[in-house]
Amino acid sequence: MKTMRQERFIVDRGIKYILLVFALISIIVLFLIGLFIFRQSLPALKTIPLSDIFLKTEWRPTMDRFGILAMIVGSVMVTIGSLLLGVPLAIGCAILLAEVAPRPVQEIVRPAVQLLGGIPSVIFGLFGMVVLVPLVRQIKIAGNTGFGLLSASIVLAIMILPTITTIAEDAIRAVPQSFRNGSLALGATKWQTITQVVLPSARSGIVAAIILGVGRALGETMAMIMVIGNSVIMPKPLNGNPFTIWLRQARTLTGSIATEINYAAPTHESMLFVIGVVLFILIMIVNVIARSIIRSSKH
Amino acid sequence: MRRFTFFAILIIAAMILGACAQPAKAPTQASEPATAPAGAKTSISIAGSTTVQPLAEKLAGEYMKTTQNVMIDVKGGGSGVGVKSAADGTAMIGMASRKLSDEEKTAHPDLVATVIARDGIALIVNPDVSIENLTLDQARDIFMGKITNWKELGGDDEFIILVSREEGSGTRTAFQEMVMKKDKDGNENLIADTAILQSSNGAILTTVSSTPYSMGYLSMGYLDATVKALKINDVAATEKNAADGTYPVVRPLNFLTKGEPAGSAKAFVDWILSDAGQTIVKADGYIAAK
Repeated sequence: MKTMRQERFIVDRGIKYILLVFALISIIVLFLIGLFIFRQSLPALKTIPLSDIFLKTEWRPTMDRFGILAMIVGSVMVTIGSLLLGVPLAIGCAILLAEVAPRPVQEIVRPAVQLLGGIPSVIFGLFGMVVLVPLVRQIKIAGNTGFGLLSASIVLAIMILPTITTIAEDAIRAVPQSFRNGSLALGATKWQTITQVVLPSARSGIVAAIILGVGRALGETMAMIMVIGNSVIMPKPLNGNPFTIWLRQARTLTGSIATEINYAAPTHESMLFVIGVVLFILIMIVNVIARSIIRSSKH
Repeated sequence: MRRFTFFAILIIAAMILGACAQPAKAPTQASEPATAPAGAKTSISIAGSTTVQPLAEKLAGEYMKTTQNVMIDVKGGGSGVGVKSAADGTAMIGMASRKLSDEEKTAHPDLVATVIARDGIALIVNPDVSIENLTLDQARDIFMGKITNWKELGGDDEFIILVSREEGSGTRTAFQEMVMKKDKDGNENLIADTAILQSSNGAILTTVSSTPYSMGYLSMGYLDATVKALKINDVAATEKNAADGTYPVVRPLNFLTKGEPAGSAKAFVDWILSDAGQTIVKADGYIAAK
C-alpha cells in the first residue's frame, strides 16, 4: 500500500522517463536516417574517385559521368540569391510587426505572413512557372529563357520569408522594454533605437531565424524543379555583364534526387545518396556557423 | 483517477515503442495469381512511360467497360520507372516507350516486352518560329548546340531555346538513338547541357508552347495546336507518315511483364492487340503495333 507521497513521486518519475524516451526516439530517427543515407552512398563513394564526383561538372549518369560540382554551385547560388532578396524583406517585415506597426496593421500583416508560410511548395512552383518565368523572360538578353537562378531565387525568397519573419519578430519582441526606454530616454530616435539597441540585442534570434530560412532554401525541391531549368551546367554570365549569371539555368542538389531517383541504375542511385550526404553536410555546416555566430554574440 | 491516467499513458507509450521496435515488414506486392476465382475483382497495376500513359488509360477505360470484374490502374513516372516496376513486381505491367536496353535485358532476363502500339516523335517548336522543315542532321546539330540561332536556318535572329526530357525518359532515349545517333568514333552525340529539362511529355508541351523560340521533342500522341510540329526531310509529322515509314522517327510502345503475360494481364494485352484495341490505338493518335 503506497503512501500518497510515494505515489506522486512514482508518477513524476514515470512521466519523466516516458518523455525522455520520446526525445530519444527523435534522436534515434535522425541517427538512423543519417546512417541509412550514408550506407547507401558507400557503393558509389568506393567505386568513383572523389575528385570525379566533387570537382567535375559533367553529370551524365548513363555514361558514368557523375560530377556534382555544378549542382552544388546551383544550390548554393540559389540559396544566396534567396537570402539577398528575402532577408531584408523578412527582417523589415519583422521590425514592422514588432516595433512600428499599429495594432490594426499588425492584425492584417501577421496572418497574411503566416498564411504565406502554410502554402505548399508546389503551388509556389506553379506560380513561378506561370507568372514569374514569363516576367523574367521580359529581360531582353540573348540566352535568357526565363527559367533560371533569378526566377528560382525570387520564388525561394517568398518561401523563406514567413519562416524568417515569424522567428525574427519573436526575437525582437523578446528584447526587454527597458532597453528601448533607456535608449529613448537618452535622446535617441525610434529608428536609432531599433538599429542600435533592439536589433543588436535580438541578434542571436535573428541569426537563428535566418539559419532556418537557409535550411528551408537548401532543402526546397519541388518549386525549384519547376522554375530553375534543371540544366546541369556551371552558371556563367550570359554576356559581359556579370549580373547576367542570375539569368542562367542551373540544377539544385535536391532537384537531381527528385527527378532521377525513380529509374536510377544501382551506381546512379548510390550517387543520388551521395548527393543526400552532401546536403546533410551542407546543413550541418550552416548550423555550425549559426551556433558560432550566436555564441560570439552572447559576449 | 490519477493512477488511471498514469497507466493509460504508460500503456500507450509501450504500444508506440512496440510498434517502432518491430522491424517494418514491407509487404511485397504479390502479382495476381494466374487463375483468379470467377467473380473476384482482379486488379491490374500499370506504371511507366508518360508517352504510353494516356493510351493505356484510354485502353483500360474501354476494356473495363466490356470486361467484368477487372480494375486497371495506370500511373506515370517515365519509361525507366516502367522497367523498374515490372522487374521488381511493384506493377504488373510496366510501360516503356522504347526497346529494352542490353543492360536491362541482362539485369532482368525474365522481362518480356510486348509491342502494343508504335509512336512517332515529333520535333516541336513554338508557333512564333518561322522554320517549317529540317533534316535529321540539322535537328541533331541544333540539339547538340552546334546551331544556336534560328537565323542560321533562315529564321529570325533569335537564340534557340532547347527543351528536353530527363535522363530516364523513354522518349529521350528513343530520340537519342534515332536522331542524335553516334559520331564516327562511336561516341554518343550528346544533347547540349544548356537544354531546359522537364520531366514529362505534358511539361514539354507546356514549356515549348509558352516559351518563345523554343524547340523540343514530343510524342506524336501529345501533339496539339499550341505547338508547331516540324517536317523532317519534307515529311510531315502525322500518324500516316509514321505508320508507312516515311517519317523517320518512330519507336515501339511496350508493355513489359515478368515472363510472358499471364492471367488477366494476358487477357488485357490480347484485347489490345485485337482489332478492338488497335482501333482505339489509332483513334488516339498512335500507330498500330504491326
